[in-house]
Amino acid sequence: MTVEQIDILLNGDEAAAWAAKDVHVDVVAAYPITPQTIVVEKFSEFVADGIVQTEFVSVESEHSALSACVGAAAAGARAFTATAANGLQLMNEILYIASSLRQPIVMAIANRAPSGPINIHNDHTDAMNVRDAGWIMFFAENTQEVYDTIIQAYKIAEDPNVLLPVMVCYDGFLISHTAERIKVFKDPKDVAEFLGGPRKIPKIELMGKEVELSLNPENPLPLTFGPLDLYDYYFEHKRQQSEAMQHAYAVIEKVNEEYAKFSGRKYGNGRVVPYRLDDAEIAIVLMGSTAGTARYVIDELRDEGIKIGELRVRSFRPFPYMDLERYLKNVKVVGVFDRAQDQGMQGGPLFLETRAALYDLASHPKVVNFVFGLGGRDMSPELLRTTMDELIAIKEGKKPVFNRKYIGVRE
Amino acid sequence: MIEQKWRPNLFELAKKPSLFTSGHRLCSGCAAGTIVRMVMMALPNPERTIIANATGCLEVASTIFPYTAWKLPWIHNAFENAAATASGIEAAFKALKRKGLWKKDIPDIIAFGGDGGTYDIGLQALSGAIERGHDFTWILYDNEAYMNTGIQRSGSTPFAAATTTSPAGKVIPGKMEWKKPIGFIIAAHMNAYVATANPYYWQDLMKKVRKAVLYKGPSFLHVISTCDRGWRFDPSQSMIVSKLATDTCLHPLWEFDPETRTYSLTDRSLYIAKHPDQKLPVERYLETQGRFRHLFKPKRRDDLIKEIQERVDKEWEYLLKLTGFS
Repeated sequence: MTVEQIDILLNGDEAAAWAAKDVHVDVVAAYPITPQTIVVEKFSEFVADGIVQTEFVSVESEHSALSACVGAAAAGARAFTATAANGLQLMNEILYIASSLRQPIVMAIANRAPSGPINIHNDHTDAMNVRDAGWIMFFAENTQEVYDTIIQAYKIAEDPNVLLPVMVCYDGFLISHTAERIKVFKDPKDVAEFLGGPRKIPKIELMGKEVELSLNPENPLPLTFGPLDLYDYYFEHKRQQSEAMQHAYAVIEKVNEEYAKFSGRKYGNGRVVPYRLDDAEIAIVLMGSTAGTARYVIDELRDEGIKIGELRVRSFRPFPYMDLERYLKNVKVVGVFDRAQDQGMQGGPLFLETRAALYDLASHPKVVNFVFGLGGRDMSPELLRTTMDELIAIKEGKKPVFNRKYIGVRE
Repeated sequence: MIEQKWRPNLFELAKKPSLFTSGHRLCSGCAAGTIVRMVMMALPNPERTIIANATGCLEVASTIFPYTAWKLPWIHNAFENAAATASGIEAAFKALKRKGLWKKDIPDIIAFGGDGGTYDIGLQALSGAIERGHDFTWILYDNEAYMNTGIQRSGSTPFAAATTTSPAGKVIPGKMEWKKPIGFIIAAHMNAYVATANPYYWQDLMKKVRKAVLYKGPSFLHVISTCDRGWRFDPSQSMIVSKLATDTCLHPLWEFDPETRTYSLTDRSLYIAKHPDQKLPVERYLETQGRFRHLFKPKRRDDLIKEIQERVDKEWEYLLKLTGFS
């Protein structure tokens, strides 16, 4: 039995703010940046209208936004922030600190090309720049998924076996500013129930006492957060952090299942979303809003008898290598679409990790890379069709003359 | 007018448990440890106080994992963001209290920052937190250079002081810029209780800590914190050098009340204002420290000593005007 929901018209940014409202987060600390601004504006309205009891901290920079979230989360609060591009780059230092302090912060990212040159439109380079910061990273395909994923994110982040911050990425303007009819929960109390009530802070035994992992002054032993950690302990702590990320694979799948029962919506196994892959000889791998456009082209090709399918990566971190192996082991050609710049690499980040994931297969498919859409350059069905024609040619024996090809760019 | 009647009493203080324990690894003679212990003893509500600490000497020397010198909840986030971290902690308790998830009073929040974390890299976050009016107390322990990384010049390093990035060379005699007037900069936000302090004048320091923490809104305490390693003097002389900083009027003791918008002199500086003959020449302070050695050896630099004296006199006159003495 799913809980009662209502239809509403929201764009991606509004959906992010709506999810934070329905989670009823304790603290929002954020700084405006296009195309994320609507998230902060919308949430400010919820605060101004008394719809939420959240403390909204209108900070003076993104660096302080995330820093305040770390302080708030360490104090025991559910914290939320949102940013994009340059703002995410400014946060970089604190991204690593948030994850190493194991604070379950959730952040919405309206992906935008980072400067320079300055550009406000979508690509994934901003998120790719921080892919090793120890955050769980989701890429949503549409407005509905933005809303759903932010709610799920709190459950994943706060799982005692995970305790890691989560980024929910969605394409700037393409999703952030595009209104869609989505379903939201009628009564936020249902969301609270799904999350198991207010944030539960894990307790540990320390020197014979039960201590809550927070700055709570009532703790029988006061805790020190963020000490100097040198060669004698740092390595073990970083290893624990990596293990927490490993635990996230299963937790993402479990929360995806629970959410399906609760809402009626399910996103593949939570980590990847396969489409028409059962008998596919050709597969494309990609993230974000382009996946929907690509499915339209795939359906056309299927009608023409081409055995082609799609694997959309939803959790880029932890990277679902086992799912890629499982879904792509029988295909002959894989085209990986990176909406991110490859600087001095063999290809885009998604391509490199996809190719590495398939390396251990007894016979692995040919894997080629398309870099597209930088700075918001449009990816049309026609353009997608030409890339898929290329994949068909490779399947039919044409030797790929490239590892990586730029799509939709002037020569 | 901010009222504060508490007077620290040695008998009473001796009974207080130490919330900053011995065994920390600050250098011998470092005033920061002394200052922190005084701050801890002056806390009005030690049972509900949370500390945020900027990266720096105090942070690294007091929390080498798995040890900690802190007997209060404590967090270090990064160098430039202790004020933002404190903002988040305060916001968390406000929200949790509003939702009925925190029943007690909102904890007192203290942030410690050195001069790097206050004057330079941390100034933006600090100004933002003060502008937003968070109820927290910032304590600047000012050792006038980046001591943790090896005595590099900061926006707080005084004129003519030699540091590893402003060495006293054959052509340039140390740092050639004046110290940023941080107290006035913070006071200019017009919503914060601001005071300067000196651990030698411990009663004044502790009264100001109590006042700062009890003030509903942001507070800023600028405490001079001698560093025998960086300033080059014998560790046993810490408090003597501290005393001279105030007695020469290089670090006068004053406070700013944001409610009445008035500056007042306190303790020794008030006494000097009333007894100008008690004001010592800056040379008495400069000659105690190796960082100013090049002003005396191999050749005495009367020109620079005079320049410093004139600048200090001018700033002291300005302060006397602000506090109604001239």
